[in-house]
Amino acid sequence: MAVITPRQRTGWATANLVVLALALIPVLWLVSLSFKTPAAVLDPSLWPAQWTWGNYSGILQTSQFLRPLVNSIGIGIISTLIAVTLASMAAYAVARLEFPGKRVLVGLALLIAMFPLIALVTPMFTIERQLGLFNTWFGLIIPYVAFGLPLGIYTLSAFFREIPWELEKAAKMDGATPFQAFIRVIAPLAAPGMVTTAILVFLACWSDFLLAISFTSSISSRTAPAAMEYFSGGSVFTVPTGPIAAAAVVITIPIIIFVLFFQRRIVAGLTSGAVKG
Amino acid sequence: MSTTTPAVVTAAESEAKPKRAKPQLSEGAKAERRLGLMLIAPAVVVMIAVTAYPVIYAIYLSLERYNLELPQDVKFIGFANYAAVLGSQYWWQSLTVTAIITVISVSITLVLGMLLAQVLHRTVFFRGVIRTVSLIPYGIVTVAAAYSWQFAWTPSQGYLAALFNNNAPLTNQAQAIGVIILAEIWKTTPFMALLLLAGLSLVPEDLQKAARVDGATAWQRFTRITLPLMKPAILVALLFRTLDSFRIFDNIFILTSGNNGTSSVSTLGYDNLFNALNLGIGSTISILIFICVAIIATIFILGFGTAAPGSNLERR
Repeated sequence: MAVITPRQRTGWATANLVVLALALIPVLWLVSLSFKTPAAVLDPSLWPAQWTWGNYSGILQTSQFLRPLVNSIGIGIISTLIAVTLASMAAYAVARLEFPGKRVLVGLALLIAMFPLIALVTPMFTIERQLGLFNTWFGLIIPYVAFGLPLGIYTLSAFFREIPWELEKAAKMDGATPFQAFIRVIAPLAAPGMVTTAILVFLACWSDFLLAISFTSSISSRTAPAAMEYFSGGSVFTVPTGPIAAAAVVITIPIIIFVLFFQRRIVAGLTSGAVKG
Repeated sequence: MSTTTPAVVTAAESEAKPKRAKPQLSEGAKAERRLGLMLIAPAVVVMIAVTAYPVIYAIYLSLERYNLELPQDVKFIGFANYAAVLGSQYWWQSLTVTAIITVISVSITLVLGMLLAQVLHRTVFFRGVIRTVSLIPYGIVTVAAAYSWQFAWTPSQGYLAALFNNNAPLTNQAQAIGVIILAEIWKTTPFMALLLLAGLSLVPEDLQKAARVDGATAWQRFTRITLPLMKPAILVALLFRTLDSFRIFDNIFILTSGNNGTSSVSTLGYDNLFNALNLGIGSTISILIFICVAIIATIFILGFGTAAPGSNLERR
């Protein structure tokens, strides 16, 4: 598009503003609620009349939210590391090697990506109670790894296919050892794909709610999204709106950071597996 | 490999009896096969252990009378649980609600996602900002967004309730389903748009220009060039979104807890396990949901033909 008429300019500006408003208002509403004083929670305006940090200091002082927040971070990181490690091995095989069973692996990964989680909850709940995994970190890590794997395998095999593997041979011809060739040439090329995959897998673990409320029963392993349900208000009849809004904002911060810094990568990762295959 | 034998078994076999490999394979090819199977084995073991085993166990549980409150009264009862669930109005109501939410939200998301994809693809200003901001609904924790909608629709508290005369939409079946659909659409439109955007970028710009020179209107260009070329991307996006929407849980759980006839099949299954503590009925619902998802996926994959996701992976 070489020349833009003023009319087109107005058109695009309006379209952009609509997109921005629709995407941001529900988030800004949460932010606004989280800064409102308990008395002002009944004020439907988007701008708090009086600002307070009370809701944040309140939730960050009790283990009812702090402990689940630690659980969320710990469970998310461990699940992501395991899932990305196993997925890179499998994705390398899918992208680079010829072997029987490739179709089965790809089909299995697709099947699991579409799996209705609720169908797993009843049997898994029973199995975890028998194995003593119920209400432990690993009780969540194991299913998170399993459901992170399809995402990881798809995204990583798409990334691995783009790597110019001939460079490895060239490096070896120039006298590099296989280890040097891997560390100096291949690892830096593979790193962006692995980072992207790690972000996507982490976000999936971070957002999970169904498994988190099903396989935990106390704050020792409950994750942050699941913990918000157990916040208590002033009495049994009042919903603790302010604290819930503050907690919702806190668990949204990492997402905003990831999106701000890795926007391009996330877009590439989300679409590579699905469309280019 | 055309059989459905799990690859793990093959991995173990090929290690134990390498002689069984076809004789025409060179040593290098054999080593490659072995390495490939070894590399995928851990992922396959985890995926099968966490999904196939529980599903088989759920089939077994679904044939038993098993209530956690009456642990001494566990008994094999054949298909009685299935008869009970399929004869219950709650199951059919939940299935209807789930189907309504899925069909309406996926259709609207497809249209809005296409519009958003066009904006993301063609906008000339602030492309980075728009792309970043439109990723926020995708990334945000569903539960956090659901609370935002819930508070927004709470009478005398929320900005949306204030705009609509302080009704209490979440206490009325049709209106609550509307709010749930709205929350779903807001959350999933960016993902739909990204999938479509990837398809959109595969449409050659030259083709668009040529059609413009030939006098095609914008709408004609869209329906005659863009849509047909994007068909594979649209089908993939629809499949993912439909299956994802069918398992809707978080939004309903927070917004209405499934009250006032807004329960989906997933919230129904959850209630049966954690409120009724009925493992038999809960497992039966699980299996029925699994069958529904299998049917939806089969319909889509038959529609895909060669464009099935993953078919590119296999060709290499």
